[in-house]
Amino acid sequence: MKVTVNFFAAFHDMTGRRELNLEMREGLTIGELHRDLCARFPRLADYSGSLMYSVNAEYVPADYALHDGDEVAFIPPVSGGSHAH
Amino acid sequence: MLIRITADPLDPQPFIEHVRRDESGAVALFLGVVRNHNLGRRVLHLEYDAYPQMAEKKMRQVAEEVMSRWPITDIAIAHRTGRLEIGETSLLVVVSSPHRHEAFDACQQAVNRIKEIAPIWKKEVWEGGEAWIEGEGQPTLQPE
Repeated sequence: MKVTVNFFAAFHDMTGRRELNLEMREGLTIGELHRDLCARFPRLADYSGSLMYSVNAEYVPADYALHDGDEVAFIPPVSGGSHAH
Repeated sequence: MLIRITADPLDPQPFIEHVRRDESGAVALFLGVVRNHNLGRRVLHLEYDAYPQMAEKKMRQVAEEVMSRWPITDIAIAHRTGRLEIGETSLLVVVSSPHRHEAFDACQQAVNRIKEIAPIWKKEVWEGGEAWIEGEGQPTLQPE
């Protein structure tokens, strides 16, 4: 299946990419995808701050199983106030 | 209800006109403005990045939350992206209501919620460096 990954703000700087189209195995979770991408982009792995996951513009937990055509984003802490989960 | 993510300067007047009704005795306007210092550093300018589709969706969610909680007549929310100079408006929230108390309360709650859930980030640029800012004004770890 195919997914599109978006990188914003600090993650954009760390990967040098705005968007990445990936072919991946069915049923991979978004947390597993993040780990795979940390291997490909070491600066992502160095990032120790909090992050949230989104699929199709909605927050999802790390164990969310991805589907074909999903638009994925890793969301670093937003710019103001405390970080809500 | 009016929700907007834009790279263009934010002029409050059209947003005020949009939310004002003849039954509105109050219009509360909040402007988030780029300031010239943070954490003891002199800030030169800011750069805002956003996930536009999601930011718009989350700002709409915030607007619906406050509309259902307070008897307000309308709300408009706008956020700027891209490079902003000192003194420019990054966030605009305007709320109309029959009476002032709910306008103030709803406006404040909307600002707080936008800063919690809208995927919008700011990078601070100062003399000799720059960093993405996390909640509470702390810079993100950013190895070079």
